[in-house]
Amino acid sequence: MYGKGLRSLSLITAGAVTLTLAAVFFWAPNATYGFLEKILYLHVPLAIITLCGFVAAGLMAVAHLHTRDERWDMRSYVAIHISLIFGIAVLLSGSIWARGAWGHWWVWQEPTLVSFLLIMLLYATYQPLRFAIEDPERQARYASVFAITAGVFVPVCFGIVRLSPAYVHPRTLDNISGNLPGRMQVVFYLSMVSMTLLWVTLWKFEMTAKHVAAQLRQLRRALGEDHDDAPARRSAAPSLSRIASPN
Amino acid sequence: MPALPLHSAGPYVAGAYVVFFAIILIYVAIMATKLVRSERTLAELTELARQRHASQDDDPQ
Amino acid sequence: MTAPRTSSVVAALLRAQLRLELRTFESVPAMWLFAVTAFVLFHFGLDRDQLSGDLASGVLWVTLLLAALLAINRLYLADAEQGGFDGFLLSPADRTALLAAKVMTLLCYLVAVEIVAVPVFGVLLLQPPLGQALPGLLAVLALGDLGIAVIGALVGALAIRTQARDLLGPLVSLPLLVPVLLCVARATAPLFDPLHAGTLPLRWLVTVALYDALFGLLAFALFDFLLED
Repeated sequence: MYGKGLRSLSLITAGAVTLTLAAVFFWAPNATYGFLEKILYLHVPLAIITLCGFVAAGLMAVAHLHTRDERWDMRSYVAIHISLIFGIAVLLSGSIWARGAWGHWWVWQEPTLVSFLLIMLLYATYQPLRFAIEDPERQARYASVFAITAGVFVPVCFGIVRLSPAYVHPRTLDNISGNLPGRMQVVFYLSMVSMTLLWVTLWKFEMTAKHVAAQLRQLRRALGEDHDDAPARRSAAPSLSRIASPN
Repeated sequence: MPALPLHSAGPYVAGAYVVFFAIILIYVAIMATKLVRSERTLAELTELARQRHASQDDDPQ
Repeated sequence: MTAPRTSSVVAALLRAQLRLELRTFESVPAMWLFAVTAFVLFHFGLDRDQLSGDLASGVLWVTLLLAALLAINRLYLADAEQGGFDGFLLSPADRTALLAAKVMTLLCYLVAVEIVAVPVFGVLLLQPPLGQALPGLLAVLALGDLGIAVIGALVGALAIRTQARDLLGPLVSLPLLVPVLLCVARATAPLFDPLHAGTLPLRWLVTVALYDALFGLLAFALFDFLLED
């Protein structure tokens, strides 16, 4: 059962996110960097979690190539999927922050935004890559090679973009998140925890949904439905052909 | 780092959080669509299984 | 029959690739033509007669990068279409020899392109004399080419067995090559300074060298998984 524990997890997540929002707007001090600062409680944790998600997907891909268990491929695929969604939120919230802080919807001076643009451009090719390979085993294998390469690229890209001289002057996002006074730090870590929980909840949610769909397909095959309206379509998503227990 | 006063920074902060929630809710909507489709498939398969079962009862072999 | 030594396999594969290229002229002349055309495009697009500094560095490197994409797209084409993969897999040779050979092939192509493209760039667009930049430029070209070759060989193998091979190759390679571009463009810019050649910034050379090494290792670790069937 992929859904085991999903309910409690989502309740805890809901509680954590609510608590974080309340803390951000009612408890965190206002004066130091201005109200615009509040975006960073959202943007920076999202960014960190997204990057960790991409790296985690790479590690799951390593497990897939090592064990040849297709469930690891499924985990990796869903991890990249959720991280892509979070990544869009990172780019949009970062852009809004840039507009508020610098007056432009995009600033090349913000290394986080620039690195994210690159990383998203890379991961945007993941789905088309999978879709372009019909054989499911080869699709999973090539996708894993991609996920590992991209997972290594993520931290390296961040490091190299930071080295560029355009960022010699104060990096606002880092400077601010680096030395936060007491209360702000607490809220920041609270936000980190709730974003992590949110990522894991969505990940588990999607895995459960995919598992259910796979079981339904298997049930349909078992019942020997002749007039299957859709002949086996090419799909970019991994499908669990073996419905074994997930854990 | 410009400390914008509340009335001008407010919309940006609100915008960022609204965008975030919109993305999450769009995701929920997509998953909901898939769920509805699964439910329909399940109903079809249940009906199919029942028909199969009924026809077996009709002519015992 | 014992497995042949990897180095001799690599040499044999490389010789075969180069001989094929010399016979068919599929990649390198197209890359030459593309590079020169791109310089003309930049002249008209930027509306500049002469470039120096970062602008010159950027134009040169972006042109080389895009020309490399042409080669990457065709790198495994013969193998995929004429059963070269199967033949290679049936042999007892170590599979990473194929990767090594492809990396070196791309390197040779890039060097061949640069022998033409860099002087042409010097004539057409570059304001300071090319000679002043030369020793440093060679070092940067070498390291940049290595990065392009490694990533191109890995991504080419990934893309060739898919149905959208000529789209996926560039789309997957380019983000991976941006750090290389960043480093080599920053390293070349002081060499094209209009007044006198600046010093070669070692920091960028070291960074790109490390990047090349990291992705080289990664490519060698992952290549086997791409060739299994």
